[in-house]
Amino acid sequence: MQCDLCEKKATVFLTQLVEGEMKKMCLCEACAEEKGVTDPTGFSLADSVLGGGQVAETGQIVSVREEDGVPCPVCGFTFNKFQQVGRLGCSECYHVFGDDIGRRLKGMHKGIVHVGRVPEGLLEAHARQQRLDQLRDRLEQAIASENYEEAAGLRDEIQEIETNTATQR
Amino acid sequence: MMRFSTLLKHPADWMTGEAEGNGVVLTSRVRLARNLRREPFPGWATKERRVSVLERVKPEVEGLPEMKDGFSQELDGLSSLQKQVLVERHLISREQAARGEGSAAIVNRKQALSLMINEEDHLRMQAIRPGLALTEAFQLVSGIDMKLESSLEFAFDHELGYLSACPTNLGTGMRASAMLHLPGLVLSDQIGQVLQAVGKLQLAVRGFFGEGTESLGNLFQISNQSTLGESEETIIRRLERVIEQVASHERSARQKLLEDDPEMVFDRVGRAYGALRHAHIIASKEALNLLSLLRLGAELKFFPPATVSACDSLLMEIQPAHLQLHAGKKLTPEQRDAIRAEIIRTRLQSLDPPVMSEKQEDQDWEDPPDNIVDL
Repeated sequence: MQCDLCEKKATVFLTQLVEGEMKKMCLCEACAEEKGVTDPTGFSLADSVLGGGQVAETGQIVSVREEDGVPCPVCGFTFNKFQQVGRLGCSECYHVFGDDIGRRLKGMHKGIVHVGRVPEGLLEAHARQQRLDQLRDRLEQAIASENYEEAAGLRDEIQEIETNTATQR
Repeated sequence: MMRFSTLLKHPADWMTGEAEGNGVVLTSRVRLARNLRREPFPGWATKERRVSVLERVKPEVEGLPEMKDGFSQELDGLSSLQKQVLVERHLISREQAARGEGSAAIVNRKQALSLMINEEDHLRMQAIRPGLALTEAFQLVSGIDMKLESSLEFAFDHELGYLSACPTNLGTGMRASAMLHLPGLVLSDQIGQVLQAVGKLQLAVRGFFGEGTESLGNLFQISNQSTLGESEETIIRRLERVIEQVASHERSARQKLLEDDPEMVFDRVGRAYGALRHAHIIASKEALNLLSLLRLGAELKFFPPATVSACDSLLMEIQPAHLQLHAGKKLTPEQRDAIRAEIIRTRLQSLDPPVMSEKQEDQDWEDPPDNIVDL
């Protein structure tokens, strides 16, 4: 692939989030260097490169090298960057990189599921979520022990909660 | 809003010695980390984004009744010396001091509550109380959290709890800590053992001043490490239990030192008194360690009780940024050592020599005459 700015072979692939849309850019090593996108931490990038007047939904102007992996759609952070700096890009990253992060939590904390305060506005949703998790666990057990009658009941109960949630929204 | 100079003139309420009777635990602190939903964390956000978060969060914080007439300042409006002073007062973190545009610090009038906008997380709020009072500190900061969550949409996940920039803060987003003064355990060489035991309980212990494991002034901080999988109350209860145990070890270590080797204790405290009263050049490290011994002497009732809080405020005043602010100019290390000695001498000038006794109850101090310790 050819560099977007010159004739050379592109080796640096950037993804830019503009107005919520991903735009790709291919640069050769020299042009990338000139644009300052080879900084290994990537932290100075957000402020410096590809700036111009374009501002994405979250204001992030993001550049991602191909080897960094799939970026978070909200903020453009990648799991590779997390491995470098130990911090995430935004709250949505926890869902995007959930499995990879989940594996690291075990040694870090007493548990892997939150027990504690819940924002008041989310109390009901939180209780419903806990109930759903519980029912799904039981459903799995029922299926495993071939207790299909119970499983059917549980499935209906889960569906009912899910439909109620959907109509409330 | 309060000005920086006003903030400095008034010591925090937790510094002015309400902690009598619980001399081992100086202060309790609880901080909560909160972030706005789907908004890049400060370390990854562009400057424009950080400024927009600041503009959303700051008016909400300033509008809280708890923060009325408080101090509110964007970090780029402070000199590096002023920032350093706030760090020495524990009102902002070292990380926050390194930040500029798009970050702010808001402190309430009593300096019991301080909030940082765009530190590692969008919002860090902390409460500091004197003595062992983690529950009180938690309630204080939690009250603010609940008011803010009605106007700001905090990032929260049903499994992971409050979402933070660093996964080490997930869940409750709460770090609770206490500062302990442990000269008895240090003098009797038991400190290593005790700290090791505490470390095994997934609690973090570190020296309060100084780098790494070094501890100056025999001050240690104990805090929770795990924030996910336990409720705030459980974490605080566990921490309080451990801290009470360490405090009780400290008290028995002091008792035993007095019984086994009173001359040594008298000698250490007496020398500390002599040096602090008469030194003209004193380095920070030496001063912290001698003040620790003076404080120990006061708690063993060799000195009037008000000496304890005099030591506590001196601990703060003799730090580098406070000294430079006091002098009104940049100081060389030599000049600092001289001014430090002068401040200590002045503060302790009317403190009488220690009245030493192995039996702590022998000393029955009357209400201290006004001039004993010039607060």
